[in-house]
Amino acid sequence: MSVEPVSTPENDRDHWRKTTRLMFGHLAVWFFFGYVIHMFVIPLNKITIPVLNFPLGFYMAAQGSLIVFVAMLFIFAWQQDKIDRDHGVAEDE
Amino acid sequence: MATQASGTSDFLKNLGKIYAFYTGGFLVFVIALAILEQVGVPNRILGYLFVFFTIAVYAVIGIMSRTAQVSEYYVAGRSVPAFYNGMATGADWMSAASFVGMAGTLFLLGYDGLAWVLGWTGGFVLVSILIGPYLRKFGAYTVPDFMSFRYGGNFARMLGVIVLVCCSFTYVTAQIYGTGLIASRFLGMPFEIAVFAGLAGILVCSLLGGMRAVTWTQVAQYIVLIVAYLTPIVILSYQKFGIPIPQLTYGNAIMDITAREQQMLQTGLASAAALKPHIQPFINYSPLNFFAIVFCMMIGTASLPHILMRYFTTPSVRQARVSVGWSLLFIFLLYFSAPAYAAFSKLEVYTEIIGRDLTAIRPWLFNWGELGLIKICGKDAINIDAVVAACKTVAGHPGVVRLQDFSINTDVIVLSTPEIAGLPYVISGLVAAGGLAAALSTADGLLLAIANALSHDVYYKMLDPNAPTARRLIVARILLLVVAVFAAYLASTKPADILAMVGWAFSLAMAGNFPALIMGVWWKRTTSAGAIAGIIAGFGLCLFYLLTTRYFPGYGVQYFGMTSLLNPVTGAPVVDVAKAMTLPNAMEAWPTLAHPLANKVGWFNLNNIAAGLLGMPIGFLTIVLVSLMGKAPSPEMQALIDEIRKPRGRTVLQEKT
Repeated sequence: MSVEPVSTPENDRDHWRKTTRLMFGHLAVWFFFGYVIHMFVIPLNKITIPVLNFPLGFYMAAQGSLIVFVAMLFIFAWQQDKIDRDHGVAEDE
Repeated sequence: MATQASGTSDFLKNLGKIYAFYTGGFLVFVIALAILEQVGVPNRILGYLFVFFTIAVYAVIGIMSRTAQVSEYYVAGRSVPAFYNGMATGADWMSAASFVGMAGTLFLLGYDGLAWVLGWTGGFVLVSILIGPYLRKFGAYTVPDFMSFRYGGNFARMLGVIVLVCCSFTYVTAQIYGTGLIASRFLGMPFEIAVFAGLAGILVCSLLGGMRAVTWTQVAQYIVLIVAYLTPIVILSYQKFGIPIPQLTYGNAIMDITAREQQMLQTGLASAAALKPHIQPFINYSPLNFFAIVFCMMIGTASLPHILMRYFTTPSVRQARVSVGWSLLFIFLLYFSAPAYAAFSKLEVYTEIIGRDLTAIRPWLFNWGELGLIKICGKDAINIDAVVAACKTVAGHPGVVRLQDFSINTDVIVLSTPEIAGLPYVISGLVAAGGLAAALSTADGLLLAIANALSHDVYYKMLDPNAPTARRLIVARILLLVVAVFAAYLASTKPADILAMVGWAFSLAMAGNFPALIMGVWWKRTTSAGAIAGIIAGFGLCLFYLLTTRYFPGYGVQYFGMTSLLNPVTGAPVVDVAKAMTLPNAMEAWPTLAHPLANKVGWFNLNNIAAGLLGMPIGFLTIVLVSLMGKAPSPEMQALIDEIRKPRGRTVLQEKT
């Protein structure tokens, strides 16, 4: 998987372009679960999660968004590492 | 943990075993104390055993981690595996306020309190995708190191140090205050002495081993604090719902609370004014202020130096990223349990206290009434007679406790849960040890951030660049001691203002650090002049807003067009500014909080705790405009920024050790 370092300007540019795209993607998810979804708390609170009996709007702010944040961080670490490896700029193990 | 390299690597190889053994030992210790309690050892002795045993363990770790190497002292030799750095960051991040106060805030504010839960978790996403790993690749010892390197020298470094000290010092004072409060409450020591006892607990963790010692004690402290936080609530959940997972069962408690709220309104046990429905949003904060708090806490997290510096200690950039994930997972364990504490406590209060005959109040409450933390009918609830007497003075009181009669200090929620659940004292002692661990670990991280900035950035980089290693480390330790003693002295005076200012740290860090750090990595065109102007403009505006709204509100109204903040429910102004401005004290400077305008005026109805929302955009804007007016950074600098962006290769900054 690990490519030998080919430090050409094109490779670096491509690496950074993909890194930037990944950053904006995660920033969008972060913004959605940090803000956008909580703007709809009042309608969401009318929905009750079956069995657990949480109002959905409350649940998203108390747990749902937090779980997404944790999952995002591990996914991001994996994705960024893949980008680094594909461009031969990852660290040696 | 010997200072030799071989000893260090043995230690790192056996981390799993060592901390598993430690955790097992801690649990055995708790069980042993539970047995002592059963055979009749008094609670006071158990409390002392808890506090002294845990501090002794931290001290042993701190002393074994002593070091004579600069890179060990400042960044733990960059050898802390991602998983353990995550635990250390968790302890570093979660303060006495998170451990003791968060659940209480959620109890009081209901849904609106979740702004803090969201704000104090979501920021870690930004740490990982925008800043942390890049600073690790850069190879800094401190955040001002990066400012200096990227933005042309010591002026930028000095600004970085000023921002760092401004946002860390009030914060550390509050932590030391927290250690004093917990120690005095559980050990019955006078508060002033407890503060200095707490100081000793802090210093043994950090003085000899710097970052290395702080890291390994923070891991130990995280284990204590999370066990202590989860134990009572897990047992309570099992008692009430038969399932030991409070995070799932408290949905039912919330449903019961909502039903009970309606019932209390109908039966006259609660007035509509006193009742704040638990799940109803935006009744304590307007939507603007709710999201402003979330935003400022998140960006503040990603700008606070004592958090960022934790990611300087990992062996690689890759591990720095993974480590942020572990950090948030460990923090999440506490934050997603806090609302369960709030819900269970609220249900207990609403069903077991409100609506009860004054003579049938549950006795756990009087222990806290004696400390002045629970009041009924406006008087400390010391015992049944005192409560009955207090309520007699209220006109037309029906003889049962009504919601509006009852008030509770937010600290009580977590601390009283073991008693509500009818658990033995040993669990209360465990909770105290956990709160102490939370306060000590955060205080250590902050102290180290301040002392390192003073010793590394100010002393070594600016005053005496040729200082030999031994002298650098001595200076670092002396400065640590001086800052710690000063903060402890300040804490012992119970400075109400400083404690209220802790929330400011996030806005100050956000306005001062965030734009310059982000742009330094993500926009090569950022110039030194641009960044320096941006820091001054953003941080300056934020500081101006904080100081004016709190300490010069009359001037804010008179000269800067500030108006009253608005009530989040009615939208009416919280203070009649025109009338207040005619009062003789309208233009008073440095007034107390009793001043009619203090903290009640501002621009755009923005609470001053979210002042960073003004400062940060100005910071970004200034950086862009001033940078575009100047010449692009040199090709050498641009090449170095490329290096920061690629994990492979040596760190950009090479410190001589």
